[in-house]
Amino acid sequence: MPIDVSAAVVSNRPLSADYNVVALAAPAIAAAAAPGQFVMVKAAPGLDPLLRRPFSVFEVLRDSGGAPSAVSILSKRIGRSTAQLYDLRPGDRVACLGPLGRPFALVDAGTEAWMVAGGVGLAPFMTLAETLRARGVAATLFYGARAAGELFYLDAFRSLGVDLVLSTEDGSRGERGRITAPLDRRLAARAAAAPVMLYACGPEGMLAATAKVAAAHGRPCQVSVERIMGCGLGGCYSCVIPVRGDDGRFHHVRSCIAGPVLMADRVRW
Amino acid sequence: MDVDLSVRIGSLTLGNPIIAASGCFGYGVEYAGVVDLASLGAVAVKGLFLSEREGHPAPRIVETPAGMLNAIGLQGIGVRRFVDEKLPELRARGVTAIVNVCGTTLDEYVEVSRILSDADGVGAIELNISCPNIKAGGIQFGCSLEGTYGVVSAVRRVTRLPVIPKLTPNVTDVASFAHAAEDAGADAVSLVNTFLAMAIDVETRRPKLSNVVGGLSGPAIRPIAVRMVYECRQAIGIPIVGMGGIADARDALEFIIAGAAAVQIGTASFVDPCIWPRLLDGIRAYLSRHRIDRIADLVGTLDTRALDNEWISS
Ligand SMILES: Cc1cc2nc3c(=O)[nH]c(=O)nc-3n(C[C@H](O)[C@H](O)[C@H](O)COP(=O)(O)O)c2cc1C
Repeated sequence: MPIDVSAAVVSNRPLSADYNVVALAAPAIAAAAAPGQFVMVKAAPGLDPLLRRPFSVFEVLRDSGGAPSAVSILSKRIGRSTAQLYDLRPGDRVACLGPLGRPFALVDAGTEAWMVAGGVGLAPFMTLAETLRARGVAATLFYGARAAGELFYLDAFRSLGVDLVLSTEDGSRGERGRITAPLDRRLAARAAAAPVMLYACGPEGMLAATAKVAAAHGRPCQVSVERIMGCGLGGCYSCVIPVRGDDGRFHHVRSCIAGPVLMADRVRW
Repeated sequence: MDVDLSVRIGSLTLGNPIIAASGCFGYGVEYAGVVDLASLGAVAVKGLFLSEREGHPAPRIVETPAGMLNAIGLQGIGVRRFVDEKLPELRARGVTAIVNVCGTTLDEYVEVSRILSDADGVGAIELNISCPNIKAGGIQFGCSLEGTYGVVSAVRRVTRLPVIPKLTPNVTDVASFAHAAEDAGADAVSLVNTFLAMAIDVETRRPKLSNVVGGLSGPAIRPIAVRMVYECRQAIGIPIVGMGGIADARDALEFIIAGAAAVQIGTASFVDPCIWPRLLDGIRAYLSRHRIDRIADLVGTLDTRALDNEWISS
C-alpha cells in the first residue's frame, strides 16, 4: 500500500552538472519498496510546476541498526521539476508517495541477470542488483551513457559483485556506440541452454532496441518504462503504453499500475 | 458543534459535498489502498461508453502554468464490464458512485443510462456532454441547446436515478445550457469540464499532445469556473456541482458560496492524493467559525458588495 509522506531531504549529492542523487527520509516507503518500484515526488510546493514526477527508487538506505530509513532517487536535470530536485538542500521537505507500480520479477540463482541501463535508466538497478546478489544470482550490468562523465556508481555495482560492460556514445569510456551492440554479441556467444533474464531501463528507443535483441536471441526481457504520469495511482490514464493482452490484441495499459515493469515482447514500441 | 455536511441532489443524499472528479480517480477502486473511499461524498468514475475504448496514444497530458492539458480520449472498459467488475467493489466499500456517461449518439447515452439504472449500486448519472477530446458525440451535444435538451430529456425518460448533465465551459453563455438542462428534467448540473486548449513545443513545432488539442484543468481555470457557477446559480433552481481547480478548502468554499451545492476535485488530487480529509476538515472548521450549522445554508450566499480594498488579502 503506497504511503504519502512529507520527507526531509537527508542529502543531495550532485554527480555532475546535470545528475544528482537525493536521499529522502521515508522509512515506511524504504521498508516496503521492491526493486523496480517508483515514487511520485514533488520537490517544492507551488503551482508551477504543478504535478509530481515519477522516479525509480534508486537506493534503500539503512540506519546504523540496519533498518530501512530513506530512499534515494537518481535524477537528471531536464526541466523545472528536476532543476528543483537538483537544488534541494538537506532539511528541505519533499512530497513523496510510494512505493508504486509492479516491481521486477526476480530470478533464482540458476538464471543469470543481465541488466541493461541507458543514462538515468540506471536508477532501478541498484536495488535490483542488491536483491539479486543476495539471492546468489550472477549479475551483469550493461551500462551506456553519452560520455564517461555520465557513468555513475560503477564501484557500488562492482562491490556487489556485478560484472560491468560499459559503452559511451563518444567512446570516452568502454565501447563506442550503443550498449545494445555488446549485449547482442554476448547473447550470441551464450549457450542456448544457459538461462538469462534481461532487465532494461532507459530511453524508449533503447528499450525498443533491447527488446529486439532479446527477441532475436529468444531471451525473456523485462523493461521498466517511463511515460509522462499524472497521478501514479491509476486515476488519470495518462501514462498508457500499448501492450499485447492475452486476447492477442494491443491495449493501452496504465504504466503506473500495470507497469512500470512490463515484458518487452508484449509492448508495441 | 457538529456541522451538517449532507447534500441533496434529487433523490440522492451525499454525506458531504466533496466528490472525486470523473476521469481523475479511475473507477475509484484504484484508490482503495490510499483513500478511505466511503469518507467521500461521492466518487465520479471515469466516463463510460457502451463498449470499451482505447483512447488516444500518449502523450496524453502536458503540464501548463498552474494547470495541465489532457487528451485521454475517454479510454474505458465499457459500461457492462464496469457494472460486472467495478461496481460490486464500490458497493461493498460503501461508495456513492456517480457514473459519468458518454455517448457518440443519443441512443448510446440512453442505452448506457438504462444499463446503469438496472444495476445495483449506482447513485447518480453524470451525463458527459462536455468532453473536448473525442471526435463524435460528447461536446457536440453539450455545445448546442437543443442537443443538451435532447440528451437530458431522453435519458430522463429511461431512469429514476438522479441525472446530472456535465456542462462544458467552451460556450459563450453557460447559464443558458444549465437552463436547458433544467427544463429537460435534470436533477442537477455539474460544471465545468475542461477548457479546450493547446500547447506547442517550439523547437520541433510539434504539439505536446498526440491529439494536438486537449482540455485545460487545474488552478489556472478556477476563477473562470467560479464565475460560471455563479452565473448558473442565477439561472436555475436545481443544485449545481461545481469544479475547476479546487485545491484546498477555501477554493471549495468559494464555489459553494458562488452557488455550488457540492464540489468535485480532479487535478489537485493528482498532486495530493490524500487531499480529502484536509478539505473536509477545512470546511468543517470554516462552518464552525462562522457559526453555520449546515453546509446547505452556505450555498449561493454571495454578498455581492465587493470587499473593501484594505481587506483584500489574496
Ligand atoms: C486527466 C483527466 C481526465 C478527465 N476525464 C474526464 C472524464 O472522463 N469525464 C468527465 O466528465 N470529465 C473528465 N475530466 C474533467 C474533470 O472531471 C474536471 O471537470 C476538470 O478537470 C476540472 O476540474 P479540476 O480542475 O479539479 O481538474 C478529466 C480531467 C482530467 C484532468
